[in-house]
Amino acid sequence: MMSKATRIPPMLRFVLICFSLIWLVIVTFPFLWTFWGSFKVEGDFFSKVDWTRVLTGPMTIRETGDTFTGQGYYGAWIEEEFWRSTLNTVIVVVSVVSVSLTIATLGGYALARSKHNYAFWILMLALVFRAMPPITLLSGFLLPAYQWNLWGHLPTAIIVLAASNQPFTLWMMTAFFRNIPTELDESARIDGCTPFQAFRLVIIPVMWPGVITAGLFAFLLAYNDYATTAMLLTRENLTMIPKIASFLGTIQTEGNVMLAVAAVVSVTVPLFFLIAFFQRQFVSGLTAGAVKG
Amino acid sequence: MKHKTFFWFFFPAAIALISFKVFPITSVIVQSVHAPHQQVLVEVKICDAFGCAATTKVDRSATEELRREMPLGRYNGAAVFVDRNHLAIEEVGSAWKSQTSFADFRAKVFNLPFYRALAFTLTYTIVVTPFALILGFSVAVAVNAIPRFYRGAMIFASLLPMIVTPLVGALLLAWMIDSRGILGNTLQYLLDDPDLSIRASTPLTWVMLMVYGIWSSTPFAFVIYYAGLQTVPHDTLEAAMIDGANRWERIRYIVLPHLMPLTVFMVLIKIMDNFRVFEPIISFEAAAHAQSLSYYIFTDLDPDSGLLSSAAATSILTILGVLVLLSPALVQTWKTFGKGQA
Repeated sequence: MMSKATRIPPMLRFVLICFSLIWLVIVTFPFLWTFWGSFKVEGDFFSKVDWTRVLTGPMTIRETGDTFTGQGYYGAWIEEEFWRSTLNTVIVVVSVVSVSLTIATLGGYALARSKHNYAFWILMLALVFRAMPPITLLSGFLLPAYQWNLWGHLPTAIIVLAASNQPFTLWMMTAFFRNIPTELDESARIDGCTPFQAFRLVIIPVMWPGVITAGLFAFLLAYNDYATTAMLLTRENLTMIPKIASFLGTIQTEGNVMLAVAAVVSVTVPLFFLIAFFQRQFVSGLTAGAVKG
Repeated sequence: MKHKTFFWFFFPAAIALISFKVFPITSVIVQSVHAPHQQVLVEVKICDAFGCAATTKVDRSATEELRREMPLGRYNGAAVFVDRNHLAIEEVGSAWKSQTSFADFRAKVFNLPFYRALAFTLTYTIVVTPFALILGFSVAVAVNAIPRFYRGAMIFASLLPMIVTPLVGALLLAWMIDSRGILGNTLQYLLDDPDLSIRASTPLTWVMLMVYGIWSSTPFAFVIYYAGLQTVPHDTLEAAMIDGANRWERIRYIVLPHLMPLTVFMVLIKIMDNFRVFEPIISFEAAAHAQSLSYYIFTDLDPDSGLLSSAAATSILTILGVLVLLSPALVQTWKTFGKGQA
């Protein structure tokens, strides 16, 4: 719908389009550049002499006989056992998402439907918890983990991550359940359902869009975590992100930096597909939080 | 909802919040008032050809045992909070007394690890938050002007820097800005200085970290503002135009006030997120020039340094810091939220 109030003069429109294009380059170029460079050898991707070497790849041709090479990927995935970290990440992410969603769905429903004062105070408390940088609570987890011999195991990291996720997921689910009309579960109660039956039969069937959105954010938190997993897990149990950080310590050796580049690309590709599929839910989650405050 | 129903629905969440939020916070507080055990010293007589002499020596097994039995350490009161590595009351006091100029005092204070980390964290938060919001708003206005067909693609591309792991996102930029990378090379060429290395200079390192911060937090502001722009009331805009308001006045008096609640929300979230800046420092290997509070805690947590009580004290100070910083926004949320409740 174009009205007079929203019409833009051609000159201004041209400026705005240029600005959008510049922005597009700023956000996409680092990803494209690194993706392309990950198939080259170090001498090309990091070239003091001439940056165009990344595009033409003379060193890559000389060293491997081909324009593109999978050396970095081979080194990272096979030699440095990045597949093991990937497996750990899958376990951690799946568990964190299911644990935090189960808890937050029940809790968020209770908070959204309760008209008592304490529900409000619990939400404010959750906001304060959300404000604390997760790393500030780490020493509170580390010492008990040492003492009770829980340090180094995947379940420990899963529980800690699910917990640090909890305040945010609670807020999201509460905001979502407030948008589901109360009449829905109230009429179920009038028809003779218990509160839990009303939840199971009436609310669960309509709650999936909210659950998927909250799940996306829980996924990202677990997938992207560095501090918690780096501190709580043994070397064999490391997830992908701390594993990449451990590559960084050894990049002084020739060629090792390309392992890190390959690993970084490997971590980013799933995220790319994630937003390709869930862009709508993702944006609605971001804005729902904003509108609800 | 009845109390009893509420209780059962909320029970798992309550358990989680108590065991994994309230309990660790308590543990952090307790740890912060303890210090590692001192080594157990024993006096031994060592005799040799020239006679006997009494010396003190570390009793390893006793020290080990003490550490194993009381891993928390010894009670230490608030000593850790005021020591040189945290609030450094003494050092700041003496620097104040002996100051020749304010710059001298400032230099001395920012040499202390806690204040150095605090200075960077605050600067980062205060610079990145408004820049990201303003840039995000500009991008939203610009994208709102391009043909509808391309807007989805713009949002898709913009989401990438935001959702990618901070460690990874910062690495992408770090490799490009490396003196052997494309941006580093370009800068050397533009400034005609073949030895330019951004990592070697403190101000440039700070700028680089903040550029990363703006790059990664602008998309959030963009997406939210873009969604907000779709809900600006059309009739009001038209009415203002009939009343003679020009384009800028319409933005100033209608669009911006309409987006105000979103801005408050984003300031709240962005202060929380920027105050915890941590991973980029690892990616840029910038620790020699810039340390944030989170980074400082992380280095203390390292099992090799074993400074849990120091980390705990910094954690408490950080939590207090972020709460002070957020208090206006928290009160605001409290008020608006309370209104909705009534």
